[in-house]
Order: sequence, then C-alpha cells, then structure tokens
Amino acid sequence: MKRHTARTLLATGGLAVVTALTLTGCGQGFEESPAPSASAPAGELTSSDDGLTIMIGSSGDAETKAVQDAVAAWSADSGVDAEVIAATDLVQQLSQGFAAGSPPDLFYLSTDQLASYADNGSLQAYGDLLKNKSDFYESLVKNFTYDGTFYCAPKDFSTLQLVINQGLWEDAGLTDADVPTTWDQLASVAEKLTGGDTTGLVFGGEYARIGVFMAQAGGRLVSEDGTTAEANSDANVEALTYVQDHLKDGTFAYAADVGAGWGGEAFGKQLGAMTIEGNWITGALGDYPDVKVTVAELPAGPAGQGTLQFTNCWGMAADSPNQQAALDLVEYLTSADQQLAFSKAFGPMPSVQSAADQWKSDNPDLVAFLDGSAYAQGVPTNKGASDVVTDFNAQLGSLKTADPKAILDSVQSNLEAIVG
Amino acid sequence: MSATTTPAATAPRPVSPRPSRSGGTRRGEAGAGWLFVSPVILILGTFLLVPVLMALWVSFSDWSGRGSPLSPNVSFIGLDNYAAITTEGLATRDFGTALRNNAWYVLLVVPLQTALSLFLAVLVSRRILRARGFFRTAFYFPSVTSSVAITVLWMFLFSFAGPVNAIIAWFGGEGPNWFRDPRGLVHVALSGLGVTSGPDALTQNTALGLSWWDWLAGPSVAMFALILMAVFTTSGTFMLLFIAALQNVGYDLTEASMMDGANAWQRFWRITLPQLRPTLFTVVTLGLIGCWQVFDQIYTGTQGDPAKTTMTPAYLSYTAAFGNNNWGIGAAIAFILFLIIIVFTIFQRWALRDRPVSRRRIRAYQSSAQRKGAAS
Repeated sequence: MKRHTARTLLATGGLAVVTALTLTGCGQGFEESPAPSASAPAGELTSSDDGLTIMIGSSGDAETKAVQDAVAAWSADSGVDAEVIAATDLVQQLSQGFAAGSPPDLFYLSTDQLASYADNGSLQAYGDLLKNKSDFYESLVKNFTYDGTFYCAPKDFSTLQLVINQGLWEDAGLTDADVPTTWDQLASVAEKLTGGDTTGLVFGGEYARIGVFMAQAGGRLVSEDGTTAEANSDANVEALTYVQDHLKDGTFAYAADVGAGWGGEAFGKQLGAMTIEGNWITGALGDYPDVKVTVAELPAGPAGQGTLQFTNCWGMAADSPNQQAALDLVEYLTSADQQLAFSKAFGPMPSVQSAADQWKSDNPDLVAFLDGSAYAQGVPTNKGASDVVTDFNAQLGSLKTADPKAILDSVQSNLEAIVG
Repeated sequence: MSATTTPAATAPRPVSPRPSRSGGTRRGEAGAGWLFVSPVILILGTFLLVPVLMALWVSFSDWSGRGSPLSPNVSFIGLDNYAAITTEGLATRDFGTALRNNAWYVLLVVPLQTALSLFLAVLVSRRILRARGFFRTAFYFPSVTSSVAITVLWMFLFSFAGPVNAIIAWFGGEGPNWFRDPRGLVHVALSGLGVTSGPDALTQNTALGLSWWDWLAGPSVAMFALILMAVFTTSGTFMLLFIAALQNVGYDLTEASMMDGANAWQRFWRITLPQLRPTLFTVVTLGLIGCWQVFDQIYTGTQGDPAKTTMTPAYLSYTAAFGNNNWGIGAAIAFILFLIIIVFTIFQRWALRDRPVSRRRIRAYQSSAQRKGAAS
C-alpha cells in the first residue's frame, strides 16, 4: 500500500514536471519565434529577472579583476545579479554554450568569429539600440557590421605601429628626426640598426603584421564593403615584394627566424631594434626593464599611411533571457569613464571617441596607436576568412624564397570561394 | 507391436546443447542476465553509442552549432560535408595536407616505437641484467607523464637556442629552427642532392588539392621533432606489453634451439618473435590508432604551425567544428579518420595472420632432414 502511494506520487510529480516543461517550452516558443536575430527593434529584446553571465577571455588577473569590479559595481546599481567567468578556452566554451542552448549572456567576440556566429543565429544584434552608438569609431562599427547589421559594441581596440628601441636607435647615431616616414627611410634606418645579433626590423611572419605594408601600398584582401576579393592586386604584390627584398638583404626578419615567439619577444630580447605591434606590447615589455621604447607611426607607403586594427566586441547571445539588462551593462562597460578605468587597469585603448583626449593625455607615449585609427583598416570578417588568412600565413612563412604573386593568387582564389 | 516401438523409444533423443528458455529451474536466467548487463549497456549506450550515432548524423546534416542537432530546423544534406573536404577548394587542401602529415607520422612512429619498445623489453628481460626494476621504471616513466608536460619540455628542448641545438653546435653542426621549419625531410634530402623541384608528372598532378610532389615531401622538421617525442613517450607503454608477453614465452623452446646450435639472433628471430605475434598485433594496432588520432601534442604545442605541416586530421576536425562552426565538416573528418583506422587495422590483421608453413619451406626442411638421415 505504501509502495503504491509512492508510485502514485512519483507519477503525479513526473506528470507535473512534464507539463511544466511543455508549458515553458511553448511559452518560450511563442516569445522567441517572432524575434529574428537580425535587426531586432528595441521592443524585442528579452527581459526577465534572470541574472547575467559574462564570459571573458582574459589576458590575466588584472583584466579579470577589472572586469569583475566593473560588473559588480553595475550589478549593485541595477539590482541584476551578474557573474563574470574567465574562460580558459573561450571559443570552445562558447561553442558548448550555444550547442546546449544556454550560452553566456555577454561574451568577448573577435572579428573573425562574428560571421559564423551571426550566420547560425547565435548572436543578438543590438548595435543600433546602443545609446552611445555614435560615439564609437566608425571603422570599428564597420568591423562588427555583418550583412548590413551592426551586431555588437566594440569593447576596445588597437592599431599596429612602429615600436622602436630607443637605446639601440641612439647607439646607431639616429635622432628623432630620423624616424622613418617613407618605405625608403624605413629600409635605410633598418639597415643602420642591423648588426651583430640585432636585426633592424623584426615582426611576426603573418598577415596580421605584414598586412600593414599591404595597406600602405593601397591594397586590401577584401574590398571595403566585403563583397570582392582583391588579394592579388598590384598594390599587394608591391608590398610583399618590398618585404621580401628586405628579408633577403637581412635588414627585416620574422620573429620566428631570430628564435622568438613573436615580435614583442624579439624586441624585448633586443634581437630586433624595431618591431610592428599593437599597444599590448607595453604589457609584455615589463619583463625587459632595460629596453626603452618609443612608439612612432608607421611610415607611409606608395599610397600613403596605412595600418591594421584589431578589436573585440561584447557579443550578446540570442538565447539570453535578459537581453535588456545585458544591453544596459554593455552601455555601462563601454562608457568613456569605464573604458578609461579599464585602460588604467590593464592597458586597452578605448573604443569611444569621447575618451580619446583623456586617454592621450594619460598615455602621451602611446598616442601613435590612437592616431592610427584615422587610417587603419580592419581584417576581413567574411565567413571562412579566418581559414583563408591561416592559409595565407602558412605561405607567408616562406615569403623569402617564394613568388609573392603566386602566394597572392592562391589567396585570391581561396577568397573568391567565400566572398560575394 | 512393442518390438517396433521399442527401438524408437530407446533411441537417444538429440539432447539440446542448452536448456530451453522456458524450461524448469533455469527460467528467468535470461532476464537476470539482461539485468546484470544493463548498467553497462546503459552507460556505454549513453556515453558511446548515442554520441557516435549523433556525430554520424551531424556529418550528414547542416547543423551549425546552435541548439540540438536533432531539432527540426537541422536538415539532412547528404554527402555535402564529405564532398567539401574531398573535392576541391581550401577545405580539401587542408584535409589533404592533414592526411599527408599524419600518414608520414604513422609511417615513422609505428615501426620505430614498436621496434624500440621490443628492443627495450628484451633488454630489461635479460636474466643477467642488474637493477632491472630501475630500468623498467625509467623506460616506463615518460608514458605516465602527462603529454602536455612532455610537449612543453619538448618545445623547450627543440627551441631555436635550446639544448638540442646547443649539443648539435657542440659537435660543430648547425641545428634547424625545429618547430619553425616547414621543409619536408624528403625535400631537404633531395635538395641536398641538387633536386629542388619535382618532375612534372609529380608537380602537375594532384590528389586532395595537393600535388604528388607535396605528398612525397616527407614530415617537416617540426613534425619530425613530434615524431621523436611520440616514440619517446609511447615506447615505454608498449615495452610493458612486450615484457608481459616475454614472460609467457617458455624457455624450453629456446633451450632446444640452443641444443640445435642456433645463435642469439636466430633464437630471437625464429623462436621468440613468432611467439610474440599476438602481442605484436596488439602493439601495432594500438600504435596505429593512437598515431592516427594524434591531437594533444598539436593542440598544446604547435597548433598546426609551421605552414600547416603539423596539422593532423584530428586537430583539423577540432578547429573546423569549434573554431569555425563547421560541425558537419568536423564530424565528416572524424568519420573518414575512423574508416582509415579500421582499414589499417584489418590490413595488418591480415598481414600478421597465422600462415600455414609454406610448401617451399616444408620441402627445404624435408630435404635437409633427409640429408642428415643419409649422413648418419
């Protein structure tokens, strides 16, 4: 008899659970079905009492703590619970979240991930809802616009510029007046700085560095509107040929070829007197207190000044139950004050123009990185572009002996398969 | 009447080898049996069979990584994912490159690790060796160390200014920039002979987007360092299997062959090794499977660099799925890998099968026996 009751109870409970699940399932279905992920107007952001989960790919304790503090301050203010998770492998953990249907509400999102997540509907586009939308740099907004929709708020950015070892510079008898402004001047100072174990200019052998020369020559991989591949343009051939010539004469070198992991390491170890890096190099140079740094703008090429910029945004999940609060948090985190606070804590450059003046006066030595935003171009964001860039990088490894035109032709055919 | 019926009655009825299911005291045994195996069936089913079937479904679907792969908005797209990596374009070339790299890896690692582990096992099984326990532990040690730790160690040892290059420099040579050198060893050797580009027959014809000349490039210098690492770490494990097998090899046959005047090499080659065949099969099979699935060294160490020469199908499957949200392609790569492993295993099972003694050998044996008989 007792057993019988237990069974009945179980059955009733089970039925209740199933009913509840079905009901919530339906409820969710009705709520979600009219909300297409792209171009959702303000009314269609989800809203609930649920807390927020924020997943970040942190560069270290300083960044984790700064984000945690900022989110905690917002949480106390708004009354919405929020938890920051520092991912060990952001891409993988995000994928698991999306597949399980329970992704973090907000997360760091890189430009090369944007297309694939936007394509499968994982992302909530909220760019047009931002109150501070007009404050973001135009080029950054373009980086996070996919298929005509501005998806997410850039959280910070950096451009690549010329980083110079002041000590070696002066040892070679060079002065501030010698800072190169053309390719020929760059080649001649690199030659003067080359000697012993030191190479004049050392950078990573990848598109994300060599691309600056392509930009200076007036070339791009994908046209600005993202619809045509133009990798094998004459400008790009000219740029790669210039780099190749100086790899051959020994005044330029890849970081790997001088035994370093990346440009910053080669620079810190004084294996290279100059390098091409973004503002993150300042953090890495803490390990090399003897090296005195000057940051100058990269020289202009045949088509004028050019550089690449790198940025991440605050991605918002389409499956998030409380997007309204998430949007509020993003506006808080991207406000000028908060970005300046992040900048002090772990060094990123604010993505909003209203913070520029303050940042420049706080970081007078790094002004070149911010000035670059005027002429910087982003990396291709088309779906599948990261595979093409990886393949391009693999071929750039042997640029010294390869035919630049042949490399670019293969990149062109790979790109044509994914754009347009 | 009775006379006709008696033989039939006394004739032994065919006894069923097993009791009938419904009969007597054995009733319910089948149910109990199922009950006892059900936990294993459930666990294996949930964690092995269902995921494998789901992955198989994903490889035929356009699932993009959002929500359940079984939801109604995921559709069947036939062999499209398989076509993407085997017909043309960048994905095909990547897959071809990964297969090329891994094939060279298997070709070098499996024989080397099998030979080395057998050699070590024979060494430490010798009766006269002192401190056998110490050597066994020492050789086995790399196997129990985490592969991540060993990879980090290896990256350090083979770095540009690392110990390995220091030793090479000490001998007056100049070591390569190991983990940054994408040149294939076969190409390096050929260019040493003055051959820098292949004949048109090899360079003009391609398979999986890769010219035959590139297929024959050999493992890159970076991959070679990883090959050395794999041999170093796994030979200890397989040594253990061989030691166990060697302990089961009776000494009497060896003794008998000594009486017949066989030298040490003949004793090993003709007496010991044939008896190790089942273990050899195990070791080669495990080696093949492990080598075709190589992932952690790539993930923690080189990530496919330099120039994709350390990219393997397993790593490519991971990046395709997790990095680029091409889950179908990732699953398709995994299933092609699965087929490759099965084919290789069947092949070497066939190669190592127990053959009957060939006629030629029987004749040779008989004639020598006759000669001996005639002589005595």
